[in-house]
Amino acid sequence: MSFTPELAEIRFGCGLSPDVAPPGDPAAMLQGLTQPDTMAQKYPITGYGSVRTRIVTVKKLRRQHRKKQIDRKQLVTQLKNLRQAANKEGAIGFTRGLQRWVKTEHGFFERLVAFWGDHFTAMGKNNFMKNAPVAYIEEAIRPNITGQFADLLIATTTHPLMLHFLDQAKSVGPGSKVAARSKRLKGLNENLAREVMELHTLGVGGPYSQGDVRQLAELFTGMNLTADITFRFRADFAEPGRETVLGRSYGGDPAKLEPVLQSLRDLAVHPATARHIARKLAVHFVSDNPDPDLVQHIEAVFNDTAGNLLAISGALLEHPASWEPRLGNVKPPFDFIASATRALAPDQARFDQIGYRVMNRLMLAPLDLMGQPWNRPGGPDGWNEQDEAWITPQGVSARLRWALSVPQKLRPRLPDPDRFVTTTLGSYATQPVIFAARTAESRSDAIGLVLAAPAFQRR
Amino acid sequence: MSLPLSRRSFLTRTSLLGCCAAASPLMTPLSFAAAPWESRLVVIILRGGMDGLDVVQPWGAAEYGELRGKLGPATGGGPAKGTYDLDGFFAMHSALAPLIPLWQQGELGFVHAVATPYRHKRSHFDGQDLLEAGTPNLSGVRDGWLNRMLQSLPGVEGRTAYAIGHGDLKVLSGSAAVSDWSPDSNLEMSPQAMLLAQLVMEQDPAFHAALSEALNLSANEDETDREDGAMTVPRKARGRTHIKIAEFAAEQLRGDTRVASFSINGWDTHNRQERSIKGALSGLAETILTLKQKLGSNVWNKTSIVAMTEFGRTVRLNGTGGTDHGTGGAMILAGGAVHGGRVLGRWPGLDEAALFERRDLMPTGDVRAPAAWLMRAMTGLDRNVLERVVFPGLDMETDPGIVR
Repeated sequence: MSFTPELAEIRFGCGLSPDVAPPGDPAAMLQGLTQPDTMAQKYPITGYGSVRTRIVTVKKLRRQHRKKQIDRKQLVTQLKNLRQAANKEGAIGFTRGLQRWVKTEHGFFERLVAFWGDHFTAMGKNNFMKNAPVAYIEEAIRPNITGQFADLLIATTTHPLMLHFLDQAKSVGPGSKVAARSKRLKGLNENLAREVMELHTLGVGGPYSQGDVRQLAELFTGMNLTADITFRFRADFAEPGRETVLGRSYGGDPAKLEPVLQSLRDLAVHPATARHIARKLAVHFVSDNPDPDLVQHIEAVFNDTAGNLLAISGALLEHPASWEPRLGNVKPPFDFIASATRALAPDQARFDQIGYRVMNRLMLAPLDLMGQPWNRPGGPDGWNEQDEAWITPQGVSARLRWALSVPQKLRPRLPDPDRFVTTTLGSYATQPVIFAARTAESRSDAIGLVLAAPAFQRR
Repeated sequence: MSLPLSRRSFLTRTSLLGCCAAASPLMTPLSFAAAPWESRLVVIILRGGMDGLDVVQPWGAAEYGELRGKLGPATGGGPAKGTYDLDGFFAMHSALAPLIPLWQQGELGFVHAVATPYRHKRSHFDGQDLLEAGTPNLSGVRDGWLNRMLQSLPGVEGRTAYAIGHGDLKVLSGSAAVSDWSPDSNLEMSPQAMLLAQLVMEQDPAFHAALSEALNLSANEDETDREDGAMTVPRKARGRTHIKIAEFAAEQLRGDTRVASFSINGWDTHNRQERSIKGALSGLAETILTLKQKLGSNVWNKTSIVAMTEFGRTVRLNGTGGTDHGTGGAMILAGGAVHGGRVLGRWPGLDEAALFERRDLMPTGDVRAPAAWLMRAMTGLDRNVLERVVFPGLDMETDPGIVR
């Protein structure tokens, strides 16, 4: 079991493309992770600042309405306009992300961004934060996937979207100054502290107790948001005194941010974290039941480098078990439609002109039907890694219908089916697929059947 | 099958099979096993925050006319203006009039002034998450209460419970196997494309089984989704999807399915509620009546339907003839197994001092308790399990006798 360019692009990249050559060797894949981010420059995504500005405007409008400076009708209209602008911005962000998948020469990079974006899932819980994950992934995840795991953990844990999503902004020390004077802000909310330990670092079976969760939640209490939804450490929100997490003491009075960050750095290099991350990477990229030796190898590199993500990504690529030729994991719906679009290689100018409403119809609505509504995983644990979650009657039906109907909208002059089999599946083309592509009644059926084939849906 | 294939042998098979996918020998239908219990439970999640005060109107309360009169005769006017008097104090919104026979037969009931443990914040996102989680708070929650019920019972398999429609139905998500389907997921393909799709998936058992099941579930549909012979882009059906969902649910519940759950949206009536709530209520009434009709009297008599929402709405109207997010609300019970004809719950009153934060109906009961009693009566699940596992931290209090 060893590297092939074809398998590298299918399993670790964005899928085979008729236009973009697959990587030549693992070294090239790793190099691709540290190149200047040309995809982000070419297909820019609006940052969190835009979400924030909109929310500040919403708050201002609501205030004006309360003070009767504007009537309810004006309020409703303006909110509607802002919501539409937010939705449009979200859909444009989706399109840009898709374009990156279609065009990139460094597919492994896009895959790692998606992996870490899911590992650190954060969602908006109101209309105006709904599309903030796009900006969050762009700013907190994307620049941090080759540095130390601790820095990625800090970037995500302190991001306003995470503080909003996991209720950190509602959490105050019961003995804090603000709890003494506020009627509303009274107590601790453990949500972020628990998920940092259970999902982001140590893992659900990790060596921590409810007491550690509670202590970490108390330590976290100063992390909060300003009225304009920016991160701020607020000492008056913090629980006084020191906290003990996993046997180590942090903080003290006056409360400061640094001990909080130190607790995150310590969690980031904990051996349980190494084990948790190693397994998750192997499951996501290789198999639902990965070779234990592969997991141990990644874990060892994690421990040896104190969580250097470039080295860890390299460890994943260099182990022979990663190159098992049989395709295993089922692509989640986004990866399915994005790799299909890459295989179709639609005309650039035409693709760029697709408006956001059409993109909604061709991509976002079908993703809902396939069970992966964009930016809305079921909870903080992100999307399911298990294949069975996606191969349901409803999911397979939606994928098949998409494959038979959407390619011709993306590329009205569909490619020759025989050639499409080769450029899309390479040596993974099976007899039945070759046969189906030749026997189908129409070119659109032929292309759809190639994309519906398990040889395309698995990687 | 033997390879290589020839076009000719394939076409022979095509013509033999004709267009009836369900009869195809290529398919491996999922196995059916005897269901572990007999009663049927339908859980409807009413998304958006249903205004319990408009659905089950306390017209006998002195404050009600003053508070809600502006919503027009269907709401504030009392039975004299067309609402249906339930018990001399509560009246039912006129859009639920098709359900009057059910009320008269004791197959429809309500629980008033109930809420989840969610307080103060009034966000749809958190409110619905908590309603479906069935827990006191959202910290560390990974599954829904209906799934935890399935986890707690013996003999459950994939067919026992169905999540119907699109979108995440968190109430049924979790480690217990659950089937899902949406009537608008129907695969309408040309016979040849269908056979070729089966062919390309044939060597992959998981894909092949899912496709076969999808074709099975699509087989009863006669409407075509194809225009000019081409597949159309999959999209959610619009319009009267609730009827199709109810029909599909009934079809499954007549078989081995014992639990079905789906959502009805459209309850977030911030503007012109007089108009906007009618559609949602009519849809709910049609859903219940479709279930009754399609289940047949034998299964209907074993069926309990519970409809619940993330929160109620403000007692006072806002400036645009609607209501805003509130706290206490109502839940709806229906079915041949239900002991209805009653409005249950402890009525808190509407004078300002009795309101929650001086704005919402005061919740006097936990919305999880009636659901727990329902599950207990229908599956025999132990009270201890219900209060600790299915609804952690719930006090079920005394049995309201919801099931006949």
